[in-house]
Order: sequence, then C-alpha cells, then structure tokens
Amino acid sequence: MPVAAGLCCKPGGFHIDPVRSVERAIITHGHSDHARAGHGAVLATQETLDMMRLRYGDNFAGSTQAVRYGEEIRLGDVTVKFHPAGHVLGSAQIAVSCRDLCIVASGDYKDARDPTCAPFELVPCDVFITEATFGLPVFRHGDAADEVKKLLASVALFPERAHLVGAYSLGKAQRVIALLREAGYDAPIYLHGAMEKITRYYESRGVALGELRPVRGMKKAELAGTITLAPPTATSDIWTRRFPDPVTAFASGWMRVRARARQRGVELPLVISDHADWDGLTATIGATGAGEVWVTHGQEDALVHWCKSKGLAARPLDLVGYGDEEETEVVLEGEEGGA
Amino acid sequence: MNRFAELLDRLAYEPGRNNKLKLLTAYLRDTEDPDRGYALAALTGALSFKHAKPGLIRDLIIERTDPVLFGFSYDYVGDLSETVALMWPKVALAGHNNPPPPTLTEVVTTLRTLGKTELPAQLARWLDELDETGRWALLKLVTGAMRIGISARLAKTAAAALGDKDPHEIELMWPGLAPPYLDLFAWLEARAEKPVNRDPAPFRPVMLAHAIEDADFGNLDPADFIAEWKWDGIRVQAVSGRDEHGRLQVRLYSRSGEDITRSFPDLLPSLHLPGAIDGELLVLRDGRVQTFNVLQQRLNRKVVSPKLMKDYPIHLRAYDLLGDDENDLRELPFEERRAHLESFIKKLADPRIDLSPTVPFTDWAALTAARADPAGAGAGLDAEAVEGVMLKRRDAPYLPGRPKGQWWKWKRDPHIIDAVLMYAQRGHGKRSSYYSDYTFGVWTNGESGDELVPVGKAYFGFTDEELLQIDRFVRRNTTEKFGPVRHVVHEPDQGLVLEVAFEGLARSPRHKSGVAMRFPRINRLRWDKPPREADRLETLERMLKSETANQVPPA
Repeated sequence: MPVAAGLCCKPGGFHIDPVRSVERAIITHGHSDHARAGHGAVLATQETLDMMRLRYGDNFAGSTQAVRYGEEIRLGDVTVKFHPAGHVLGSAQIAVSCRDLCIVASGDYKDARDPTCAPFELVPCDVFITEATFGLPVFRHGDAADEVKKLLASVALFPERAHLVGAYSLGKAQRVIALLREAGYDAPIYLHGAMEKITRYYESRGVALGELRPVRGMKKAELAGTITLAPPTATSDIWTRRFPDPVTAFASGWMRVRARARQRGVELPLVISDHADWDGLTATIGATGAGEVWVTHGQEDALVHWCKSKGLAARPLDLVGYGDEEETEVVLEGEEGGA
Repeated sequence: MNRFAELLDRLAYEPGRNNKLKLLTAYLRDTEDPDRGYALAALTGALSFKHAKPGLIRDLIIERTDPVLFGFSYDYVGDLSETVALMWPKVALAGHNNPPPPTLTEVVTTLRTLGKTELPAQLARWLDELDETGRWALLKLVTGAMRIGISARLAKTAAAALGDKDPHEIELMWPGLAPPYLDLFAWLEARAEKPVNRDPAPFRPVMLAHAIEDADFGNLDPADFIAEWKWDGIRVQAVSGRDEHGRLQVRLYSRSGEDITRSFPDLLPSLHLPGAIDGELLVLRDGRVQTFNVLQQRLNRKVVSPKLMKDYPIHLRAYDLLGDDENDLRELPFEERRAHLESFIKKLADPRIDLSPTVPFTDWAALTAARADPAGAGAGLDAEAVEGVMLKRRDAPYLPGRPKGQWWKWKRDPHIIDAVLMYAQRGHGKRSSYYSDYTFGVWTNGESGDELVPVGKAYFGFTDEELLQIDRFVRRNTTEKFGPVRHVVHEPDQGLVLEVAFEGLARSPRHKSGVAMRFPRINRLRWDKPPREADRLETLERMLKSETANQVPPA
C-alpha cells in the first residue's frame, strides 16, 4: 500500500524503495531516487548493494542482505521474489505473494535490449505496479543501435570536433559505451571524472567496455575526433571548454521531443532510454495479465486513462520523491572532472 | 524522404554556420538525383504546391488515436506536426511486404498534381510508411512550416562546395534553373558544361565596400574619388530585360541575389526600360526619405496588401548602372557608369526612381564636415536617413565581391550610451558554456526612487578576452537563476557598466522602456564606472525625439 515513505507492505513488514528512513527496505535498483541511505535493513541484489556502497560509503544501512534473481524469501506473511527489470545492472522487479494474490512492483524497467544488464523478465501477476516516466504515446524509442549509428556518422563527418555525450552515469553511460563497441567502434572512449568509479564497477562485474580513459589531463587538440561521456549537467558548462568545438549529444528518452532537446542546448539528440517507452509500457501491462494496475511516477494520467480504456482497474499512486534520474543528477560547477 | 528528414532534423539542432554547411554538402554529395535536387529546392523555397492546413492533420490523427491521449500528448509536445509524427500508430500491412517509404521526389511530384480531396488519404499512406523523423519532415513540408534556420544562400553555398565553385556563380545562373537541377549537379560534378542562364533579367554579383579607417586617408587622394551619401535602406539590384518574345521581364534582387520581386509589386512598373540598376530601396513620404524603422514594415512580406503599398510607398534611389539595354557597363570606370546612369534615370523619368546625389568636396576636411552635418551639405530633410558617406574611385570598374581600395564606406559615428548589465544568458554552439547574451538597462524614476529598466540585449562587440571577463563577472555576481538566465547584481554601487553602441532608436510598445535599439553591441567595458553614473531613460527619449523629427506619418 502506498504511504508517505513510499510503497509499504504491512504483512511483510517492509517498504519498497522508500524515500524516508525505514526499518526494512527492499531496493529495486541503484539510482539515487530509489536507493537512499539510512535504512535499518536493506534487501537488494548484490549489484545494487555494491552501487549503494560506492555512493554512500560502507555504513549506508544497518544491515544488508544480497538476493539473487529467482531466489524466494519469506518475510512475515508474504514471500518475496526478485526478477530482472532490464533497467540497469542489478535492477529488479519485486514480486510479492500473499496466499493467492501476487503483486509485482516493477521499479523502473525496460523491455528493450541492453548488453549491460539481464533482460527484463515478464512476471504474470494480479496487480502490476508500473512506472510511467514515458507514459505518453509520443514516446517511442526505436532501436538504440540506430541512434549510436547516428553518433558515429557525426564523428565521421566532423573529425576535427570532439563529441561530448551526456549520459546518466549509472547505466546509460555504460550502455552507450557497450553499444558503441557493438557497432565496431574500437577507439579509446573518454570519461568524465564523475563516471569513472561506476564504470569500472561495471567492468568488474564482467561487462566488457573496451579501452576507457579519463579525459582529465588530455590536451585540447588530442580530443579532436574522440567521444567522451559525461553526466548531462556537465555538457553545458565550463568543463566543456577543454574540448575542440564540441558537438553536444545527449542520450535520453526525452530526446524524442524537440523542445526538450532544444531547452538543453543539445545539438545531437540520441533517443536512448533505460525506461520502457509507451509501446513497452502498454505491451507489458497487457502481458502480465494483471487485472489491476497501479501507476507510480511519470505521466500517470495518460497511462491510467489507457488502462481504463482497456477495461483494467487502474489508479495513480501519487508517490512523491521519484523523478527522472537525469533531471536530478547534479555535478557541481567547480568539479572539473576530478571527482 | 527519410534521408532528407535526417538532414532537416540535424540542421534544426546545429547552431554553427560552417557545420550546417558541412551537413548540407555531405547530404548533396551522398544523395542521388533527383532527390537531392528537390531537397535543394525545398531548402531554397523553390518548391510550389498548395500547403495542407493544420486542421487536416488534426483530423487524420483524431481518426486514428484516442482523443484524450492525443490531448495529453499535444499539451506536452506543443507542436502539432511533431505530436502527430511521434504518435502516429504503426500499421501492420498484412498480405504483402511493406512498401519502401516514399522518396522526396515521389512526395514532391505527387503533391504538385494531387487534388485536394485525394490529399488526406495520400498523406496517411505516406505517414504509415515513414519513421518518426520522416513523418515530422513530411508534415513540416506539406504544411509549409519548414523553419530550420537555413537561408537559400547557405543551401546554394553548400551546392557550390560540391564542385569547389564560387556560390556567386550559382546565384548568377539560379533564375534560369529549375528543380531538380540535374544540369547544375552535372556541372558541379564536372560531368557537363556550365548551364547557361537564359534568364532575360539575371542577377549580377554585387560590389561591396570596405570600412575606412582613419589611417587610410593619408594614402588616398581626394581627387581620385567621388562621394555619395550612404543611405540607410536596403541594397537592391533592379533588372529589366526582354525575353525571347520581346516582353519586358522585371526582377528585384537582394544584395545576395535572392529574388525579392514579389515583395515590391509597386516598384515594377517604374522599371520600364531594359537595364540593371544598383541602388537603395527606401520608403518616401512627401518626397522625404523615412528611417529604416519605417522601411522595415515592407521587408520579408510574402503578401503585400494595397494598404501597405499606400502607407509605405517604395522608392529606388539609384547609384550605379551595370547594364544599359544589351550593353554590359561593368568594365567601364565608375565615373563613366555614373554618366550613363544619369541619362538612364532621366530617360526613365519616373517619380519612384531617382538619382543618389554626389557630395561635392575638395579635401578630406570638407568631407568630414559634410559627414558630420548631412543636412547642411545637401541631404536636406533626408539627412536622418543618411548613415554616412560612400567613397568610390572614379576609375573603379564594377567588380564582384569586396575588392581592395575601390569603394569605401565611412559610417556616421554610432550612438553611445552607458548602461548597466542586468541579466545574462548562455550563448549557443561554441558559446554554450559562456554567459554571452546580455540584457542591459538604464535608470528611470520608479515608484520607490531610481530603478533600472531594461532597454536592450547585445551578444557581440566584445573581444574573446572581454567575454571571459564578463563571464567570470556574471558567475561571481549572480543574485538569482531562472533556467538559463542569471540575474546579475545591478545596484547603484555594485554592478558592471557596459558602453553600448547602436545605430538608431524606435518606439516600441513591446518593450517596458518603450524604446527599441537597432544593432546594439557592446562597445567597451566600463569597469571604472559605478552603475549610478550610467545613463538615464530620458537621454534615450531625447535621442528618439531628434531622430524622428522629420518623419511623416502615413497618409
């Protein structure tokens, strides 16, 4: 049931992705709006726990318990099972079963291919709790590989310029790198200081990303014709002056809408999203067989309307505190790639 | 169509001129005939078909989607074509393979002949076949709303780059060419001879002047030059010529060679003798030249109403003659061309066309005096429309481009005020990490004493070094942030004074201050001056009064 702290399961005695400190929390994935520090006990996948440790330090929770995909855990009167959500490395949907009722809290998810994490698993259920970040029919994300081709075509056309790709540092950046490698790009890829730690962590979990170099300390001229990944907020400030006539790209589902891209001064929008698009949301909702849908964050109204038009019971949960991670990632102005 | 759509998409985001050029050239090089020709036509505004109304597009989407979802989506996206392009439902075409998406050629040639009743169904078929970007470009094309920041000139320059040609050459032959320009591309790729311009009234590349510096005068002999007033209007070339049937064709070109004939139908009957005049387009009322602000009402109009023509009577002030009937005069020295021009204007004997007078002078001191006081030196009541003097070598032939030492422009000194930096905004492209767009204000009496009121915006005039200094100042003295805009401290004792130069003033109900500046730029940074000593709005109002003293309201 939704409460102020987030999603709460009373018979199981736990919250899912709570935004306030609670006794027992189940965390779906490592993005900061879902994974916060200061809970008593935390249950999550090993990767999510590791990412929280990277961000918050060793004492981010009273105790932790790593849960594998498919593993069944008994908590109070309910059983809990983790399933891959396909959002980022370690992301999970949480299936909560109590007697003959099964509720799936999907966290953030996508049904599109991603070489850096386990693919989304469809979990049949009675109640499906879904996000709605891209819950409007204008959001259709297409094949990410085509967007990467667009980036490479631009690099070929402008060999004297640097290409600066804004990408959220947990998940999106590594996915873009992996897609570049799949497209045959084997030159070194440069990283903003803020992405180094998490990217190295991905590599340590067996995600092959090719040769990566810190951009820090590079001479301007040496960066001509190269690709650098940076947090979205870094691509429009002083930090960019180290690059020769940079082409500013941004890998995000929001890039589907021109006004959003223009607002951010993006010159090369790349429609690459780690959230399900409209077709993904509606197809998934239908396929779960759920008769009831709860919509958490994003464009709830449109998705709720769609569910009702298909004869499904649906309601928005009006949870606060979750957002689009790209909008909330802040890199300080003075952070010249050192962090 | 999808390839063209990708180009439009990319151009719409790219702020840099050279980068746009590179994208365009790459497209024209990699795309086949006749698609690239129709693309060039679309980019230069040379396509003509009846545009589809937004209502038609709306009907198409309402038939296919949930109207509530369409409403949410349109609210979010804010642009009808884009909303429709993004949410157009995918259709599975059963029974056969998907047809390939339409080519640009197919779209353009079909639209030319399609009847009004067939349009909706045809449009829907294309939308089914195209991807998101393709649909967006198609809808922009058919609704005639292709605003992507590309001038016709830039598109032609990109085409010229295919064959390492001067864009002027394309400009010259352009009126004789028609989409899809197979002959043009064949020549650019060295597969055929240069297309011959059979246009009876072709454009001739214009001759431009250098700005004169004080140091230049020492090397120049006043006796070698003829001086004229520099008029604050629009440079045009007015060409009349006979076609193969002996009929007179009349065209007006901008200085870059763009055909602007349709915007000035009231001038065309006056050009009734074959010839090519170089001159200035002005608005005259009661025989008096009006300021540029008045002329502006006539610029960039597709439709010209009788009222507009009556209220803003257009006039041509001639200063050179490039062709007289069949004779090309461009090789002649200026002094001789001027003699031809004088007799040509006399023969025309038309009240809408007159001669730009010469300014008599014997030494530089006399010319300096004339420039300082045009009214007393022969310009009379037209003096307000004089923005300086032109110096032309008596023996100069008419040469395209900006040849050295032939023509000089000596502009009137700009107006100068000291204003206070109030807000700063990030620039675009190369400047996107700098606060390079500045809103500045002057003092006025407010409800609680003196306050600053914004009077203009400037984003050039400073050096790269000064940009760094202002950028640093903005970052350190920000009082508030609103999205990309920063409020910069502007108190009587705290803030940055900018010396702003500008060319003219006009009344503007759209600005809080009631005045709008023409061509404002940062002239100097006054680190030495406290904001309290900056200028007041009353100063601008006085300037405005003296500027418009000789203006005549529309009859």
